[in-house]
Amino acid sequence: MTANLRSLAFGALAALLSLAPAGCASAAPPLPASPPPAKAAAAPPPPAPEPAAPAPAARKPVDIPYPSTYEPLPSQPVVITNATILTAAGERIARGSVLLRDGKVAAVGASVEAPAGAVAVDGTGKWVTPGIIDPHSHLGVYAAPGVQANEDGNEATNPNTAEVWAEHSVWPQDPQFPLALAGGVTTMQILPGSANLFGGRSVTVKNVPARDVYGMKFPGAPYGLKMACGENPKRVYGSKGRSPATRMGNVAGYRAAWMKAREYMEKWDRYEAKKKAGKDADEPARDLQLETLAGVLRGEILVQNHCYRADEMLTMIDVAKEFGYKVTAFHHAVEAYKIADVLAANGICADMWADWWGFKMEAFDGIRENIALVEKAGACAIVHSDSADGIQRLNQEAAKAMAAGNRMGMHLKEEDAIRWLTINPARSIGIDKQTGTLEPGKMADVVLWSGNPFSVYSHAEKVYIDGALLYDRNDPARQPEMDFELGLRDAKEVE
Amino acid sequence: MRRLLFSVLLALSAAPVAAETIAITGATLHTAGPQGTIRNGTLLIENGRIRAVGPAVAVPAGARRIDARGKVVTPGLFDSLSTLGVVEVGAVEGTRDARVQDDRVTAAFSVADALNPRSILIPVNRIEGLTRAVVAPDPGKSLIAGQGAIITLIGTLGGPGDFLVRSPAAMFAVLGEQGSHLAGGSRAAALLRLKEAFQDALDYAAHRSAFDAGDRRSYALSRLDLEALLPVVRGQLPLVVAVDRASDIETVLRFAKEWKLKLILSGVTEGWKVAGQIAAARVPVLVNPMEDRPDNFDSLGSTLENAARLHKAGVTLAFATGDAHNARNLKQAAGNAVANGLPWDAALEAITATPARIWGIADHYGTLEPGKDADVVIWDGDPLELTTFADAVFIRGKEMPMKSRQTELRDRYKDLGGPLPPAYRKP
Repeated sequence: MTANLRSLAFGALAALLSLAPAGCASAAPPLPASPPPAKAAAAPPPPAPEPAAPAPAARKPVDIPYPSTYEPLPSQPVVITNATILTAAGERIARGSVLLRDGKVAAVGASVEAPAGAVAVDGTGKWVTPGIIDPHSHLGVYAAPGVQANEDGNEATNPNTAEVWAEHSVWPQDPQFPLALAGGVTTMQILPGSANLFGGRSVTVKNVPARDVYGMKFPGAPYGLKMACGENPKRVYGSKGRSPATRMGNVAGYRAAWMKAREYMEKWDRYEAKKKAGKDADEPARDLQLETLAGVLRGEILVQNHCYRADEMLTMIDVAKEFGYKVTAFHHAVEAYKIADVLAANGICADMWADWWGFKMEAFDGIRENIALVEKAGACAIVHSDSADGIQRLNQEAAKAMAAGNRMGMHLKEEDAIRWLTINPARSIGIDKQTGTLEPGKMADVVLWSGNPFSVYSHAEKVYIDGALLYDRNDPARQPEMDFELGLRDAKEVE
Repeated sequence: MRRLLFSVLLALSAAPVAAETIAITGATLHTAGPQGTIRNGTLLIENGRIRAVGPAVAVPAGARRIDARGKVVTPGLFDSLSTLGVVEVGAVEGTRDARVQDDRVTAAFSVADALNPRSILIPVNRIEGLTRAVVAPDPGKSLIAGQGAIITLIGTLGGPGDFLVRSPAAMFAVLGEQGSHLAGGSRAAALLRLKEAFQDALDYAAHRSAFDAGDRRSYALSRLDLEALLPVVRGQLPLVVAVDRASDIETVLRFAKEWKLKLILSGVTEGWKVAGQIAAARVPVLVNPMEDRPDNFDSLGSTLENAARLHKAGVTLAFATGDAHNARNLKQAAGNAVANGLPWDAALEAITATPARIWGIADHYGTLEPGKDADVVIWDGDPLELTTFADAVFIRGKEMPMKSRQTELRDRYKDLGGPLPPAYRKP
C-alpha cells in the first residue's frame, strides 16, 4: 500500500492504525464519535420516483426511495481512430476505431463509420479501454481532508447497522473524486466501512461532479449490502465487552439477523398475498434494518462481503446457503488463491489488491499471484482499491498482478487483465448489462490512454462518461475542481 | 556518541561476505554513476565488491558467468524510510518495535536495538531488488522519535556487520500537524519543545558533573536523551524532520540554519512551493512521489509533480515508502515520478546514488563503480516498470535466494487438489 509520507516518521502502519481509519482494510476502524450535529438538508428533495408512485400504504419493504437523478452530461459524437483497443469482451484490436454516439458505444472495430461532424480523436500510439470500475471505494464517505468532521464511513455503534445507507454520507465535493477520474475511474461502488457484521447499504455512482449523491447515482444499479468477517467486527465490539468478540460470535450475529430477516420477509409476503386476494390485512411495521436484509433474501440487494481468510470465506458461503442468499463478492479476499476453485464453482467474485499484505493478521498470507491464480481457476477476478490512493492507479495494480501471474508461468495478456478492472467489477455490482465493455449499445464509459495502460508511464488522457468528455489531461477546462479546492489555486501552480 | 563510534567501527570492520567471482555479461548497465548507461556491458564482482564495469571488461578464468543479454542491471535499491526489521504484522502489537508510547524515552530510543534480521519481510522485499533501507522510528508520545539505522537486506545470510550498516544513521523528529498534536496543540509549541531540548542538551554537556552531583536545574529530557541529542545539536548526526506544509518547511529551514543542524526533510508534500529555499539551504529531501491528495490541511498543495519540481529547482531528492511490507513498491513510486515529469536517470538515482550520498554511505554503495559493494540487481526489463521483476539480486557480492514466505505460499497453492492437504506440500 502507499505509505503516508505526510507523517513519514510515523509510518504507514501508524497511519492505518490511528491517523487514517478510512478504508475497511484499516486495522482499527474509528471509535464511534459523539452524535453528529443535526445536519441541514444537503439538497433539494429528489423528484418523485415515478409519476404513478404507489400510495404510501402500498409500500413494499424494498421500495427504493432516493432515486438516481443522474443525467448524462452533454456530448458530441466522438470517433477515436488508429488506437489499440481492449474491449474487455476478450478482444484486442490493433489500430482500431471506436465510435461514441448519444452516450453509447455505437461501433467498435478495425474501422467504423463516423457520422459527419463527429469529433475525431487521433489514437495513434494510444490505447482505449472501458472506464475503470472500482467496486470498493470510500470516496465521499471518508472525504479529504481526512479530518474527523469528514469521517462518515463507519456507523460503528452496533454490529448490525444494515439500516444505514452509504449514500447518506457521501460528500459529493470530496476532492478525491477528480483524482480518481484522472486515473480513468468512471464508476465506483461506495461502501460503508467494516466495523460491523452488517455495515449498511452501498451506493454505486458515476464519477461525475453533482450537487448531491443522487446526481451521481448509477441508474438502475442494485444496492449492495456490506458485510464484514473476521478481525474488525470482533475487535470493535469485543473491546466494548459486547458480542461479537470472536469469529464464532460473528457467525452467530449473522445467523440471528438472517433468521429475523426471513421472518420479516415472510410477514410482508403474507400481507401482500392477502391484500392481493382482496382480503383485509394489517400492514406490518416497517423496519429499515430488516428491509435491507430482506432485500438480500429476495435477491434484490447484492452481498458485498469483506472477508480475508479462506476458511472464513468458506464459512460465509455456508451461512449464505443456510439462509438462501448468495454472496456476490468477497472483498479484500487476500486468501482467495487458496479456494479459487470453490469461488469459481459458486460463481462468487473475489475483489483483491495486487500486493497489500501483512498489515494485520488476516492479511498475513497475501501473495502477489492472488489475482492471477483466481483468474487461472476460472473465477471472477477483480482488482479493487479500498483506498483513495489506490483508486487513482488501479491500472498499475492490475499490471503488477498480471506480471506476477506471468512470472509464475501464466500467459496473461492486457486483454485479460483489463477485465479485472472493468467487466468483472461491473458484474460484481450488477451493472454489467449497462457498462464494463466496449460493445455496441453499452454506456460510452471510455478511457483513452496515452499508451499501454499497464505501463507505469501511461496516463488516462481523456475520460468519457456516457459519451461526455469529463476529463482531459491536456485541457484544464475539462478537469473538474471541487469547491474545497477553490482558493487553493496558488497551491497548485508553481510559485 | 559511544554508539556512533561503535557503529562506525562496525561498518569499517564489515568484511565482504562472498568471495565468488561473478561476471554479468551482455546487459544494459545503469550505473547511476559517472559512467552513466553502458549497453552490452560487463560487470565483474570479486570479493563482494564491484571490480570492474564497462563495455570491455576482461573476465578472469574461473569466474562464474551470468549471461544477461537483454537484461538490465542497476545498483540494489535503497528505501530512505522504512520500518523493515521492526514490524512483522502491522496490527499485532507484539511484533511492532518502531515506536514507544513512553514519554521518558525519546531521543535515546534506537531502532537498532529492536532490529530483527530474520524478519520474513526482508526476503519478501529483497527478491524484488531492494537491498538497503533506512529503518526509522515512529514518534510515540514525543516529537523526537529517536534514532534510525541503515540496514542491508542480507538478513542473516551475510557475515557479522553485513546486516546493520550504521546506527544511529540519524535522529528523527516530526513537526507540522502531528508535531503540534504531540506538543500540546500548536506547531509553535512543537518548535519550542525542540529548542528546549537542544538547549538542555548543550547545558547538560557543559555541566555533566554538576548534573550527576544533582547540582543542576532539571531538564525536559532524561540524561540518556540529552546524550543522544548532542551529536544532532553539534551538527554531526543528521536530523530528519517530517514536515509537509510549505510554511512549516520554511520554519524548519530557519531553525536548522540557526542551530547549524545537518537537516534532512521528509514528507515534504508542499516542498515544491519552497523548492528554491530548500535548494539554497542544500537540504536533502525524502519524498514519496505518489502522494497527491489534500488529505490534511498540511498537504493542500500535494501534487504528483512534487518530485519533478523539486528536482528542477536543484533539490537533492531521494524516495522513501515509509512502509515495510511493501517497501518493494519503491520502484513503482520512482516510475510514477517519471510519469509526472522527473527524468528517468534522476528517478533511478533517487533510489540508489542520491540516498547513498544523503546517508553518508556513498563511499561503498549507490552506484555501479569499481570498489563499491556489489549490491547489484539483474532485471528482466526497465526496473521502474510495473511488469518488471528482478531475476537475480546480489548483496555485497552474494547472490540471494529468490525465495520468500510468499513464494512458498504461492508454490503450495498454485495447483489446488492432490491426494493430501496442502499442509503436506513443503518447500
